[in-house]
Amino acid sequence: MKQKQRDSNAGAAAVLASGLGRRWRLGEKFIESWIYLAGLLTIVVLLGIIILLVKEGVPIFFDTPPWEFFFGTNWYPVSEPPTFGIMPFFVATLWVTIVATAISVPIGIACAAYLSEVAPDKVRETIKPVIELLAGFPSVVMGFIGLMLLSPLVQSVFNLPTGLSGLTAGIMLAFMSLPIIISVSEDALRAVPDEFRQASYALGATKWETIWHVCIPAALSGITAAVMLGVGRAIGETMTVLMVAGGALAVPVSPAEPMMPMTAAIASGIGNAVRGGLQYQALFAIGLTLFVLTLFVNLVADRVLQRQKRKFQR
Amino acid sequence: MKTSIAPRQISQRTAFALLIAATAIVVIPVIVIIVQIVVNGAGAISWDFLTQPSSQAGKAGGIFPAILGTFYLMLGTIIVALPLGVMAGIYLSEYSRDNWLTRTVNMAIVNLAGVPSIVYGLFGLGIFVLMFHFGMSLLAASLTLSCQALAMTVTTSREAILAVPREYREGSLAVGATRWQTIWNVVLPQARPGIITGAVLAMSRAVGETAPILVVGAAFFLPGLPQSPLDQFMALPYHLYTVAAHVPGMSKTTIWGVALVLLAVVLSFNILATIIRLRARKRRYST
Repeated sequence: MKQKQRDSNAGAAAVLASGLGRRWRLGEKFIESWIYLAGLLTIVVLLGIIILLVKEGVPIFFDTPPWEFFFGTNWYPVSEPPTFGIMPFFVATLWVTIVATAISVPIGIACAAYLSEVAPDKVRETIKPVIELLAGFPSVVMGFIGLMLLSPLVQSVFNLPTGLSGLTAGIMLAFMSLPIIISVSEDALRAVPDEFRQASYALGATKWETIWHVCIPAALSGITAAVMLGVGRAIGETMTVLMVAGGALAVPVSPAEPMMPMTAAIASGIGNAVRGGLQYQALFAIGLTLFVLTLFVNLVADRVLQRQKRKFQR
Repeated sequence: MKTSIAPRQISQRTAFALLIAATAIVVIPVIVIIVQIVVNGAGAISWDFLTQPSSQAGKAGGIFPAILGTFYLMLGTIIVALPLGVMAGIYLSEYSRDNWLTRTVNMAIVNLAGVPSIVYGLFGLGIFVLMFHFGMSLLAASLTLSCQALAMTVTTSREAILAVPREYREGSLAVGATRWQTIWNVVLPQARPGIITGAVLAMSRAVGETAPILVVGAAFFLPGLPQSPLDQFMALPYHLYTVAAHVPGMSKTTIWGVALVLLAVVLSFNILATIIRLRARKRRYST
């Protein structure tokens, strides 16, 4: 049935091609030129983002030298004269990312190893959609859950003055970066050729020894990429940290304090910033910093991932 | 010999128990979150809640304007991001050669996918709101979300098109069809389920995305519904953010209700995408 339909399509196409001749081909050239443009559009958007962030953000360095901007510990955008030091935000991002990574990496890799190496097909087929659901949760819903369910829990368990802290945000971020860590690690583990496992069994290794000594080392570059993508997620996540990290402006010395990561600083400040004003420029400069950070993380992750793909290709 | 096997078996059991525990730590909270939102939010859901405008700063009335705004946003996003994404996907899979330009485009896509959503917000604010003078409007927000969705629609289209077997193209070219005729009549119909899956996922993202529309100016409360693309708008995720974090004395049931509606919309899109994908896979295996 399908075959027939395909044949008639192609046949009709041939008739059209010979019958309509030049006009048709002109139309085709027109469409094809649009396709080239669409391909280029992705570069245009990326360049547009870079140019805009540089154009709006870099002028702040004429007012606040880069040294003071990156290492200054005071952020007083509305005082006279204003000071723009983003150290508190940078350290906050560092804390929540550390907490998130410390939780999500071991759990994510263990879950991927279970799904790829141990779980029966039926269990795997039930668990994977649940993890996909988690990937689909909007970040504002995760922030809301952090606010309602997790922060009271964190407050009482760790006996903190407030549940809105870097710790709570980090735990929430761990959950949000788990799906990508799991799926990329699982793909890496599945790409390890079966011969590796069989050779290991033939030497008398148990299944667990094979996973630990053969599969995970063989998939290590893919797992590294997975971790980096997870870190990129955690650095760039906005709504969750805006809602549950606490929003304090001091440089946080421990993750249990309320804090304001870079993304939250932009989100909470941009509404009050006057276009072209110093605060506006400073927020775009934070955006530029974030962009460079995530660009670096993603480029490295992609490079590692490509290498992993080539590794087992024959 | 036997004595050395036993401890190894025990360590294997312990290790597997830990792996299962890790998986449970991932899966159980997902179920808890869904159950909590459904149980706590169900009380707020009523016909009036879904169809009436809000009043008293969201404390009374419904959330219809937010639902409608989110619907418009989703529509605006997909109208822009889907055709462009499919065309770029065609370019990458059918026209491009392995040269520096193609590599640059692929690199751009990888990076666009990793750009934080708040940075897209800044981009939208600088370009669409201020430079193009669209103001804080539906149009500016939709275009911002489109730029963000682009990476996803390009990637899924490219993968779907690349998965069409080469023989199909060769068969079409062999009977005299041109390259574009082959793409239009043979390749795209075969790639359709994959492309649609990507589009549905992109829409579900657009529904839940909050940070960009917070920057380009979603409104918490508006007296009327948006009449044109240049009007300001309300949106579900922004509404949830505001009632959860900024309105004191908000009834808990109402907040959970907003979360429930948002989650229901997003998850039904995700489930729809899964169904399309599974059906396409089944069809491919059966023929």
